[in-house]
Amino acid sequence: MTGREAAARRHALVCVAPTVLALGALTVYPGIWVLWLSLQRRIPIFDVSRFAGFENYAFLAVDPRFWSAAHTTAVFTLGSVALEVVLGVAAALAINAQRRGRRVALSLLLLAWAMPAVVGAKLFEWLYHPAAGLINVALGRHSINWLGDPVVALPAVILADVWRTMPFVAILCYARLLAIPADVYEAAQVDGAGRLATLTRITLPLLGRILLLAVLFRTLDALRAFDIMFVLTGGGPAGTTETLTVYAYRALFQTLQLGFGSAVSVIVFALVMTVAWAYLRLLRTGTVAA
Amino acid sequence: MRTLADVAVVLALAAYAIPFFWQLLTSFKPEAELLRVPPLLPSRLTLAHYHVVISQSLIPRALGNSLGIATLTTLVSLAAGVPAAYAVARLPLPGKRLLLLAIVASTAFPQIATVSPLYLLMRALELRDTWAGLVLVHASFALPLTIWLLAGFVREIPIEAEEAASVDGAGLVAMLRWVLLPLLAPGLASTALLTFLFSWNEFLFAYTFTVSEASRTIPVALALFPGVFEVPWGDIAAASMLASLPPVVIVIALQRFLVQGLVAGAVKE
Repeated sequence: MTGREAAARRHALVCVAPTVLALGALTVYPGIWVLWLSLQRRIPIFDVSRFAGFENYAFLAVDPRFWSAAHTTAVFTLGSVALEVVLGVAAALAINAQRRGRRVALSLLLLAWAMPAVVGAKLFEWLYHPAAGLINVALGRHSINWLGDPVVALPAVILADVWRTMPFVAILCYARLLAIPADVYEAAQVDGAGRLATLTRITLPLLGRILLLAVLFRTLDALRAFDIMFVLTGGGPAGTTETLTVYAYRALFQTLQLGFGSAVSVIVFALVMTVAWAYLRLLRTGTVAA
Repeated sequence: MRTLADVAVVLALAAYAIPFFWQLLTSFKPEAELLRVPPLLPSRLTLAHYHVVISQSLIPRALGNSLGIATLTTLVSLAAGVPAAYAVARLPLPGKRLLLLAIVASTAFPQIATVSPLYLLMRALELRDTWAGLVLVHASFALPLTIWLLAGFVREIPIEAEEAASVDGAGLVAMLRWVLLPLLAPGLASTALLTFLFSWNEFLFAYTFTVSEASRTIPVALALFPGVFEVPWGDIAAASMLASLPPVVIVIALQRFLVQGLVAGAVKE
């Protein structure tokens, strides 16, 4: 190795040192610590702190509240991601078809995505107000208690989440549509393809990969979603909107069971990483096939 | 026909944004008319809710905390991120693949997974309820995306500039400061704004690690907005508008960058 190369390597190490230190101390170390915590029984207010092995996990396996939260997480994730994809693609196609006014259209779309999730929750809390909420007023004076009725609370939370995050899917798809060269469409026209054929045979297949990526990002976000249900319903009514993340949080900081709550967190962690890994594999095989 | 379709798209998206506009209207509605709908439109507009929020609530304090914490988070994250991005993009870094893998993996990292150990860590270091604690946590959480974005921008800079600098015998710090930073400015600005946005909007860590108005950020203050006998919908609406003003301005300003950055990504894949 020449002196120059050695110097470059030294420079490289100096450059990444603060990052490695920060990620090591505040991401990797807590990421390992949480595994250790999850094997303990730790309730600070009762001064309980002992090693418990897999007790917490064994309890989770037969805990109906855990399975109910897992079910809620699955419904929330599938529901919100599916709606976001359909609405997002539709919005992207609509904006892409515009000759004028794209900037205004994009700004209106991004409005929802920009704001903090807590603000989104407050917006919908007001829209869902049983007496004065815009939704009940628009439905003609029904007084549906959107956030208090166990049957409609989860769909109501999903709707609020879809509203705020659909623009992300739309922007990703719109960006991909912009990158499709015009001659692709001209060729289709020359071949006599109608509008529907152009959409189903050309546009949608070209969106395929970016959609897969959008679904990946959105699924990961939906699996770990917290703000929207924590602020809107706090997991209620009757636990019907309590996802795994909300359950973990309440165990950790409302009932102060640090060990047990950490075990639920670890499950969320494992779930998210498994889904990420599965998607990335899918994405990679997709590349080979294409 | 075409114009009509264009107008229809804009109208449809305006309808999509109704939850926001409804809250905006609510923030200017007189108290007595809040729960009396229809009519949808108020008889007059009032600044009373903004007045209450600004002079009698903790919202101004929370906005100050958010501004400070998000700004410091951005600075810390860029200070660590720029050299790291440079090393990743340009230098023969040992273990580069491992670092890149860690960066990609940590973008999938759920916050709930580390919130309990971080809580214990914050308590042990007496960083709970301080700006410093939240800045450290936010900056480290934002760092992977910061590096990812910045490395992309560094790769777009022609390499000749750095080579010329190294021939001149400029040291590493001088090269980063005088050669790289000016060329990186536009990408740096976009990355900074996205980091600011993340910190401003973040809720889970901010809710957990803050205890009082000394460090509560705006999403936390809004979630905890007090009502004595009944929910003060008008005040909450006004506070929501104040909380979303900076992010909305940032995102609309960044619109072009967001789409262009994504186009570049879409073409590359």
